[in-house]
This record gives sequence, C-alpha cells and structure tokens, in this order.
Amino acid sequence: MNEAAWSGAKETWKALKDSERPVIYLGVASCGRAAGALAVKGAIQSQLKSRSIDARIVDVGCIGPCFMEPLVYIQLPGGPPVVYANVTVAEASRLVDEVIDGGAHITERAIGVLADAPMWGLPRFFDHPMLAPQVRLVLRNCGLIDPTSIEHYLAMDGYLGLKNALAKTPEQVIEEVAASGLRGRGGAGFSTGMKWKLCRDAPGDVKYLICNADEGNPGTFVNRTLLEGDPHAVLEGMVIAAYAIGASLGFIYIRHEYPLVREYIHKATLDMRRIGLLGDNIMDSGFDFDIQIRTGALAFVCGEETALMASVMGHRGMPKPRPPFPATSGLWGKPTNINNTETMGTVPLVLRMGGASYAKYGIKGSSGTKTFSLGGKVRNTGCIEVPMGTPLRNIVFDIGGGVAKGKSFKAVQTGGPSGGCVPSSLIDTGVDYEKLTNLGAIMGSGGLIVMDEDTCMVDMARYFLSFTQDESCGKCVPCRIGTKRMLEILERITQGEGDVDDILRLEGLCETINKGSLCGLGQTAPNPILTTLRYFRNEYDAHIIEKRCPARTCKALMRFEILAEKCTGCDDCRGICAPGAISGEPGIPHAIDQSKCTKCGVCQDVCPPKNSAVARMDNVDREADQ
Amino acid sequence: MKHAHQNQCLDRTERNCSEDTAKKLSTIFLKYRKDKDDLLSILQDIQDEFGYLSEEAIHLLSKEIRISENEIYGVATFYAIFRFEKPAEHRITVCMGTACYVNGADKILDEAEQKLGIKTGQTTEDGKISIGHVFCNGCCGHAPVVVVDNEVSGGWTPTKLDKTIDKLKEGSP
Ligand SMILES: Cc1cc2nc3c(=O)[nH]c(=O)nc-3n(C[C@H](O)[C@H](O)[C@H](O)COP(=O)(O)O)c2cc1C
Ligand code: FES
Repeated sequence: MNEAAWSGAKETWKALKDSERPVIYLGVASCGRAAGALAVKGAIQSQLKSRSIDARIVDVGCIGPCFMEPLVYIQLPGGPPVVYANVTVAEASRLVDEVIDGGAHITERAIGVLADAPMWGLPRFFDHPMLAPQVRLVLRNCGLIDPTSIEHYLAMDGYLGLKNALAKTPEQVIEEVAASGLRGRGGAGFSTGMKWKLCRDAPGDVKYLICNADEGNPGTFVNRTLLEGDPHAVLEGMVIAAYAIGASLGFIYIRHEYPLVREYIHKATLDMRRIGLLGDNIMDSGFDFDIQIRTGALAFVCGEETALMASVMGHRGMPKPRPPFPATSGLWGKPTNINNTETMGTVPLVLRMGGASYAKYGIKGSSGTKTFSLGGKVRNTGCIEVPMGTPLRNIVFDIGGGVAKGKSFKAVQTGGPSGGCVPSSLIDTGVDYEKLTNLGAIMGSGGLIVMDEDTCMVDMARYFLSFTQDESCGKCVPCRIGTKRMLEILERITQGEGDVDDILRLEGLCETINKGSLCGLGQTAPNPILTTLRYFRNEYDAHIIEKRCPARTCKALMRFEILAEKCTGCDDCRGICAPGAISGEPGIPHAIDQSKCTKCGVCQDVCPPKNSAVARMDNVDREADQ
Repeated sequence: MKHAHQNQCLDRTERNCSEDTAKKLSTIFLKYRKDKDDLLSILQDIQDEFGYLSEEAIHLLSKEIRISENEIYGVATFYAIFRFEKPAEHRITVCMGTACYVNGADKILDEAEQKLGIKTGQTTEDGKISIGHVFCNGCCGHAPVVVVDNEVSGGWTPTKLDKTIDKLKEGSP
C-alpha cells in the first residue's frame, strides 16, 4: 500500500465521472431494495440488453432520503448525474429509451443534479429541503460511491486518516481523538478518547477491539445506512482504534437482520487484506491487526457491551455486572474496547482533519455531527446527519417536511425503548446529550420516530414495555419481573380497566427497576413510561377516569362507525370486511355491526378518501347513546 | 399447530436423510476449530443450511465439539433466531418495530392472524404458511414493512397482505 494506490484510485474515479458510456447509479441499500430497487435494476438491465446499449451500472448505498426510493441517477457523457426518484419498473424502460438512448434528460421527471451548480433548469440535489440543512461528515460518501469498491473509498481520501494515525504514536492518536471531543454514538455518550486511554493503559499484552454493529433499537437504521453506504469508513476507524489501544484482533458484531452489511463487510475485509490494510505490517508500519465478523442472533440485549462480548465468545448473551469494565477485563478476560459503528466511522475523519477542526462542528460538550433515522408519521423519511445542537424542530419540520397526511404533530420519540417522547412544547430543544437526558428522553443511537394526533401515548408506553419485557434476558429479577408488572398495568389501562392507583404503582415500579436492574436494558426500560407520564398525563387520566382514548386507537375504547351522511354505498368495504360486520346494499349507506367488528380498520383503509365515511369514535359516546 | 408437523429426520428409519445431514454438517464443522467459542457461529451456519436446528444436528454437533446437548440447547434457546422445527414452506414476518407500529403494523399482523386462523409464532395445519414478527428490519423509511420468505418490502396494508396470502395459498408467490 503506497501513494500510487490513492493516485490510481483517483484516476479510476475520474474515468468513471468522465465516462464515454452512460453511467447509471442505483441505490441498492436494503432500504432501496425494500422499495423495489432490484426489480428496477433488472428492468433497466434487460432494456439495455434488448436495445444493445452499452452503459455502465454502478451500485451505490442510500444517500439518505428513503422516501424517494428507488433512486436512480443517470450520468450522460459529459454531464453530471441527474437524480430520478421513486422510479418504477414501468418507468425503467422509459428512462433507458428516452434518457440513455435518446441522450436527453426528462427534466420534468428528474428532481435534481449531483453537481456544484443547477443545470438544465434542475436544482442541485443537495439543495433539496431535506438535504440542504444537513452537514454530511460521516455520511459523506453514502449513496455516492460503490460500497463494494475499495478504490472508490480511496479516491475519496479513504485510509488517509489511518496513514496519519500510523505516523503518530498511539498516545498521540488518543490525544487527537480526545481533542475532537468525540463522544460515543451508541447511546451513553462516553468520551471516546478517554475510553481508548483506559484500554491502552490497562495492563496486558493481548487486547481486543469490538465494533458494535448490532443496532437493535427498533426504528433505527443509521448504522445500517453507514455500513451499506461506506463500509470502509467504519473498518478504517477500527484499524485506527486498534492501533491506538494496542489491539491485535477486532470483531465486528453485525445484527442478524442485516445480511447485506455482512456481505459488504466481508468483501471489504478481503480487499483490505489484499492491499495490506489488514493483517501483518499494515501500511509498512509494523502494526499487525485483523478483523473477524460475528453475527447477532436476534437478541436485543446483545447490543449491551457485556452481553455482546459473551455472544462474541459463543455463549448466551447475558450481561454481567460492571466493574470490571471491558477496558480492563473484556473478551476472554483481556482488555477490550467497544465502540458503536458511527463512532468508528467518525474516527477516520478526526484523524484526517485533526481533532480541533472536528470539534468546531456541533456545540460545546457535544461536538461534531450525529446521524438520525427519521421515521414514523413524518413526510420525508430517511437517514440524516446534522450538527449536534440542531433543534428537533428543524429536524422534524425542515428536514423531515413535517407530519405526513396533513395530521398534527404530537411528539417525537428518541432513543427507542430506552428513550422518551418529546412533546411539541419542547420541540425547540437542540439535540445534545445533556439536553435530551434532562427531558427524560436520550440521544440514543439515533432513532427519531414522529408521532401524530392518531398516536396514543399510553399505548406507545405499552408498546415499548412489551418490547423490553420480551427482550429482557431474565437474569436479574427487577428487569424480568418488573417489566412484566409494568406491562400488565399498561395493558389494563389501555383496555379501559385501569384504576387511579395504577399511576402510583407504575411510578414505584419505575424507580425500583431503574435502580435495581443489572444492565442498561432494565435501567432505562421505565423511560418511555416516565416521559409519557410527564408530558401526556392527560392521556393516562382519560383512559383511567373517562375510559376514553383521546387518539381513538386503543381498541377497547373506540369503535368504527360508517357516517351515513358521507357513505355513498360504494360497497368497497363490505366485501373486504373479514368478519362480515358490514351490511348494506350498493348505493345505500352501509352500517357496521359492532358485535361482529374486530376493529381491524380495513374498512377505513379502503374507504375512498373523497368520501372518508368511516370514522373512529369514542366508545363512551356509544354507551351514552344507548 | 406449531407441533403438528414432525421433522422427518427424527424418524430413525430414514437413514438416507441422516447421511445427507452428516455430510453437510461435516462441511460446516471443517470451517471451525473444535472450540466452544465457535458454538454460536456453528449453530448459525447449521440453521442457514437446514433452515432449523434438528435434534439430529445438535446430537452430531455435541459429539463433534464435545459439549453436552444440554449446553448447546442452553445457548440456542437464548437466541430468538433459532428454530427447532422444520420451517413452514412460506413465512410471513410482520415488522413490529416502532416506525412500523406507529404506521399500523399491528393491523397487518391482526389481518394475517385472522385470515390464517393462527397466532404469530404458529404455522398453518398443512405446514404451508407461518406468521412471525420482528422488531425492525432497518427499512423503517418504508413502514409498514413485511418480510415474505426472505424478501423485505415496504408500504404494506392489510388488504395487500390479504391478497399475498391468497397467492401463497395457491402456490404462486
Ligand atoms: C440493552 C442495550 C442495548 C444496546 N444496544 C446497542 C446497539 O445496538 N449499538 C450500540 O452501539 N450500542 C448499544 N448499546 C450501548 C453499548 O452497551 C455500548 O455502550 C456502546 O456500544 C459503546 O459504544 P460508544 O462508546 O461508541 O457509544 C446498548 C446498551 C444496552 C444497555
Ligand atoms: S420499524 Fe419496521 S423496519 Fe424499522
């Protein structure tokens, strides 16, 4: 591995950009695939073949805006790539015929250009409202390079951070990372530089490194986006970390649901070994290090560091009390450093730009940028990156485009089952570790779920508890029994059977479980309850006292009705109603037999929007009616 | 229902099946040191190969790496991924992750349960279709997400699932 590797890679990249042949970039990360990207790719390939067109197809990861997928960017000779969003299989052949064969972009169909300035009347893609406010440091290559090509990564100055690191002493590397102010992106926000120093200073000749790619928080996909878009960034960070702490072997623990990540990481490590970036004498520095892949097996608790280590060693993934901390006694009793995927992915940047320059992003105490996955009831779903301190309002309303389907915003949930719900009154809070913790929510690993008027907050608390109860490993009693008791109470309340003392019982349990649990899973399990109690107490009271669900989602407390004045008798709902609860003749308003209705809501889904004749009602009204 | 179909390999008269199993297993064992630390990875490979962990496979593994069957079950049952029975011909897995739940995933799961007359975690009597759920596939931008066999896709509605089940029943996915 020498200078020629970078210059060669840059030439390859330039040749791609200056290609005489048309180039089609396809977003084929897991999210793209879920939207049908592979079918679009197949359609493009077969149309190219049937018209004997010589074009090149380059697979890329996700650039972030999942709601635009499948994403296709087409580069005609001499021009920049033009972005087409939500491409269907039917449209694929049109793109081949008109754009690639015809040689001219369909500007009214395209949404932007990947260029420094607007062109052909098309805006820069990165000026799109979802992208413009972002600062893409970690995600800089995602969706732009081929994740299976180490050359593409090198062309983007990849592995220069490692080169810089190897020219320093391990202590200097740690100082650089400490100067960046980088804090762990896996949830707790511990100083990365300090963590490395603890492990470096721990006595022992054999040390290990782990990259936590378990990303178990439901509704979070930032690590996946990075690993599928730019796997080498994470691996480069691992080599730098290993050098700093003095580790000879590293593990990347990949979530079971991420087979594509496994495939990309496997390919990337092969390429690294081939050119001397893994194995013996990395970059001729005398430093030896290798990486092994481990796959998770569907256990959320294995994201917790001590449980993860047990799992890496092939055992049941049970957490252990700390101390001893992994830094002194981790894998096989040896000092072990464990960092989150995004933390690792940030490290090369710190070594390339210098810790002080990195620290200029973000705010004091929470430096740099953070990636978030935006989901739930938000219009623009996807993976984003913003400087620390960015107000949640900007994230939800500017980048996210606000709440979908014209509904009103209720809350945004951060940190998954360990986190909490931030209500609209606090939406101006900036995202930093301390501010979010003060609200009772947490930064977490980056999941942001937007909730609207139709989301019942008591039911959300019940939902998260059903998750933690299901995932509790059962080792310690407060977590095993406590989560079950809390879930039972929440189930009672959502079924309209709660009583006023239930709130007190919940509060008591929350405290016991938080204080008494062995690991973070149990300790943070009360958070969704505590924040909903704090900000949405009125919803609890409505369920308990009035036996009413204000969002009309708790099945026991609501019913569906067909509004006779709106129903045209189109008959769409009658046939589809599985329990046969709907009666009526075509052309005449229909009605629901409440004794048969299972409240599945399919009738509401199929009712034509222009009629909107199916309404959700409080059950108490009905009792009053009778 | 869940236990309705028996795995043929357990039938001790079917020796052919065992031979085939043994051959495939030894290929897997070759990849590893005979070490306890590899237990989880080996179990994952076995399930990838056979679709589940049969009693027979666990028995052979136990002899190979000299760990008691009890201990192997101890590890395997900890992880939700492992199945101990032959999987159904078609598997419908509804994502119940937060983004999907907020977008009505529970209604989709209800639809599957009602339509097939089984609960999540169960297989239809004829061994044809099973329903399960996971907490997030990492494709939350396309919620609600359903995995049919191994294909993850987004934008599901109860009605769409209803039609998919009809197609699976007919045998043309
Ligand atoms: C129940 C539980 C689940 C966790 N899941 C993850 C995870 O999926 N990914 C992750 O990076 N950290 C997770 N963590 C945090 C890790 O224990 C650990 O703090 C983190 O990987 C350290 O990396 P960092 O310092 O770079 O943040 C989890 C913690 C708990 C208690
Ligand atoms: S919540 Fe369903 S894919 Fe993430």
